Amino acid sequence: MANMSLKKNEMPAQDPHVRNCNFQEVALGYTEAMALDEATRCLNCKHSPCIAGCPVEINIPAFIMKTAQGEFEEAYQIIAKDSSLPAVCGRVCPQESQCELVCVRGIKGEPVGIGRLERFVADRHIETIKEKPVKPESNGRKVAVIGSGPAGLTCAGDLAKKGYDVTIFEALHTPGGVLVYGIPEFRLPKSIVQKEIDVLKELGVTIRTNMVIGKSVSVDELLDEQGFEAVFIGSGAGLPTFMHIPGENLKGVYSANEYLTRVNLMKAYRPDTATPIKKSSKVAVVGGGNVAMDAARCAKRLGAEEVYIIYRRSEEELPARAEEVEHAKEEGIIFKLLNNPVRILGDEQLCVTGIECLEMKLGEPDDSGRRRPVPVEGSEWTIPLDTVIMAIGTSPNPLIKSTTKGLETQKWGGIIAEDPSGKTSRDHIYAGGDAVTGAATVILAMGAGKCAAKAIDEELNAAK
Amino acid sequence: MYKILKKVNLNPTVTLMEIDAPPIAAKGEPGQFVMLRVNENGERIPLTIADFDRQKGSITIIFQIVGATTEALNHKQEGESLQDLVGPLGVPSHVEGLKKVAVVGGGVGSAIAYPIAKKLHAQGTVVHSIVGFKTKDLVILEDEFKAVSDRMVMVTDDGSYGEKGLVTDALKELLDAGELYDEVIAIGPVIMMKFVSLLTKKYDIKTVVSMNSIMIDGTGMCGCCRLTVGGETKFACVDGPDFDGHKVDFDEAMQRGTMYRDFEQKCHEDVCNLYKMEVK
Repeated sequence: MANMSLKKNEMPAQDPHVRNCNFQEVALGYTEAMALDEATRCLNCKHSPCIAGCPVEINIPAFIMKTAQGEFEEAYQIIAKDSSLPAVCGRVCPQESQCELVCVRGIKGEPVGIGRLERFVADRHIETIKEKPVKPESNGRKVAVIGSGPAGLTCAGDLAKKGYDVTIFEALHTPGGVLVYGIPEFRLPKSIVQKEIDVLKELGVTIRTNMVIGKSVSVDELLDEQGFEAVFIGSGAGLPTFMHIPGENLKGVYSANEYLTRVNLMKAYRPDTATPIKKSSKVAVVGGGNVAMDAARCAKRLGAEEVYIIYRRSEEELPARAEEVEHAKEEGIIFKLLNNPVRILGDEQLCVTGIECLEMKLGEPDDSGRRRPVPVEGSEWTIPLDTVIMAIGTSPNPLIKSTTKGLETQKWGGIIAEDPSGKTSRDHIYAGGDAVTGAATVILAMGAGKCAAKAIDEELNAAK
Repeated sequence: MYKILKKVNLNPTVTLMEIDAPPIAAKGEPGQFVMLRVNENGERIPLTIADFDRQKGSITIIFQIVGATTEALNHKQEGESLQDLVGPLGVPSHVEGLKKVAVVGGGVGSAIAYPIAKKLHAQGTVVHSIVGFKTKDLVILEDEFKAVSDRMVMVTDDGSYGEKGLVTDALKELLDAGELYDEVIAIGPVIMMKFVSLLTKKYDIKTVVSMNSIMIDGTGMCGCCRLTVGGETKFACVDGPDFDGHKVDFDEAMQRGTMYRDFEQKCHEDVCNLYKMEVK
């Protein structure tokens, strides 16, 4: 008999007033008892809508049934068939708008805590399984993967398992892409990312850091001179967007990319690192996505007294995950919704002193189906501040496009690639993840990496 | 990887290092830069490539000890390695088609100006070099500049070597004497590039400056290095580092350069104290 509790087992978490002063992980993970109890909430329904709700179609009921029986490693192996990064996705996937959205249990009450179970199973695997993956026999064929974020790691892992000699080229000094420079430690511990990367190395993947493709070496050189038979571009969406309002170049205005990179990649919060970050007391983050929540919560942890989220629509339209918004609120982040900055104010030393906002109201729906924010005349008001963080989106870096002849892109910079194979306008060049879609989710990037790995394998096999 | 092949102290605060970096040496052009980390937990700093040897697979950097990271870098010895080195980044300096150029270098900026003068000279451009330093003890690369210049003027602020005065004085003298340049390339402290640009504006001579903004990744990802050029925001790392000196907002750039000054000074003192303890 299924457990008919209407509520999910709650996720144990650090106390908000403790965690907003440290960088340790917020959510602590289910205990075995919680996982066993939560797993019995799954009805194992015949039509399994959750599988279709998952971008990589994990056999969710099957892994949950194994979990309910206490066969955690078997459960893990079911997930691992379709996902290369279960411990990562269990933490950062927006389950509430994917698998859990369509869960039958969600019709009356809360859906099964699929993400929380995935995380439990993945963490249990990491804790208990000590034998290293076996390096498959090499087929002697070389594939290059550009970028070591979720798309690149997945593509590399899948190809390596098939015996390809895979080299990942990473521009920064540490692999992991957005998992390392973007998502903060308190949401995704870097040790988990490192473990995934270690697995790839065991599989024989070579990771070359400090290699900026398009500068250090071009895609064409990889294909023509270095013996790679195919290239997968998973270079992400790393270019920050600014609002182009007055005052954006004042000292104390950061892009979220810069702020998060200083904190997450360079570990500016630790006294034993050399990278500086401004000691802020009043901070405004402009934007309403997960990145905005991450930046705001980092600022709070770095000691800011007041941290604001400024977003031009209402709470309902916030693009961030509900859980992230909830966590941010618990930690004392102040939401100034239906407000849009018009200029950033500064003093004669060009330091930020405040931000002037215009109140908004919601009008007719726009192309995205969301109600368009309309300014309220004469509603300007000012928040005194010393730091502003712009978190209004990112776009793909033009470096690879500009150095790869014949690689077609959208007007906004996204590489044009066939769905789902990731084939681009150039032979032997594939692309996937944010570099194609613009900023999206870890799981979608991972799915694109998987599909491209499959397509690359098919192409190279056909050409044998 | 990234082994230090040669280290020379050019003056008490400026050091030259030749580093083993075959991929960067194969591609680097004057005007481009590298990002480096000295140690694990170190910060990423940009340094312009001062020279490269494609055969040997090495690049040369020349840096002034101004903060904790350059202090730590200066404590690395020949045979040791850097933690990380990535490049070549940025857009190479445009030198094609130039017939006659004045290359103006100030202080350690001369180290960045030198490879450009060298390349110009190699392609047959008439090069007039004007290099300036605070005082005689700080003069660097004099022979190197002489070797690639058709005319060379050395100035020091205090007159202890060469002519007394600023590089702008020397440049003005040449311009007033009727020298006609296709372009002036000015590399040095922001304040120097500002005044060179103000001067050449009067003479209506195209002027290129090299902006050394604060950077983290150096690939266009963070936007920390942004500056205003002709009313538009540009990133020094991917749009530059070379920009039209008549369009750069130097005052803003100077202010942005001071963003972490207090932190840097404190860090520098801490690092110096650490090294002193090691010596004891």
